[in-house]
Amino acid sequence: MKAENYISLEFPSKSANEAFARGAVACFAAQLDPTLEELGDIKTAVSEAVTNCIVHAYPKEIGKIWLKAFILNGNKLKITVKDKGVGISDIEQAKTPMFTTGGQERSGMGFTIMESFMDGLKIKSVPGGGTVVHMTKTISIRAAKGRK
Amino acid sequence: MNIDTHPRGAELTFRFSGEIDHHGARNAIGEIGGKIEFFRPHICCIDMKEVTFMDSSGIAVVLCAFNKMRELDGRVQIINTPDQARRVLDAAGLDRLVTIAV
Repeated sequence: MKAENYISLEFPSKSANEAFARGAVACFAAQLDPTLEELGDIKTAVSEAVTNCIVHAYPKEIGKIWLKAFILNGNKLKITVKDKGVGISDIEQAKTPMFTTGGQERSGMGFTIMESFMDGLKIKSVPGGGTVVHMTKTISIRAAKGRK
Repeated sequence: MNIDTHPRGAELTFRFSGEIDHHGARNAIGEIGGKIEFFRPHICCIDMKEVTFMDSSGIAVVLCAFNKMRELDGRVQIINTPDQARRVLDAAGLDRLVTIAV
């Protein structure tokens, strides 16, 4: 599907960039006129995906993260977050709520939140080669929200 | 994120402010754990009034407080929870472990 608009970002896997990444996508998504709840959901999902890259994809080094967001027909937002880190050997296990290899500072809820806060989540990963996370969310149109 | 600590009798209140993400939460877990061990309260209150964003890193922070308070036979309550943070806490079912108030 052809994108009506898009952004493409590349940044190092430094935790200070988590706020930048979710803020950039939120600013881009604002043109779809999302509700505060929809915007909060998008920011949370992006934060989870980018944090996964920082914590898990590049555990011992600073690597590159590629973040793209597309506006598609039908008020649909598509987001991809890509890394060339260690990859995920068992995606189903990684998606299990409360499962984490990140120690006590992680909750193991990242993929669960991405899945429940967005409409679609696809994960492709090659152990040793990296991971791509695709997320989509359709933003409800203004009239349907009953707003003034 | 910032944390202000307010001990008062048997209650220890942490006032969180700003954005709670992995970047900010890494230090928070150590700080909260240390303060609970020092003050040994019966109730740990987390005030989220000034929280502008929270991702799943906040779940880990709350779970840290919950585990420390369980060792003391105490409890955790979260107050002034913003809608966005509430959705994240609910996704993890944390209302089964701690009291969450709007």
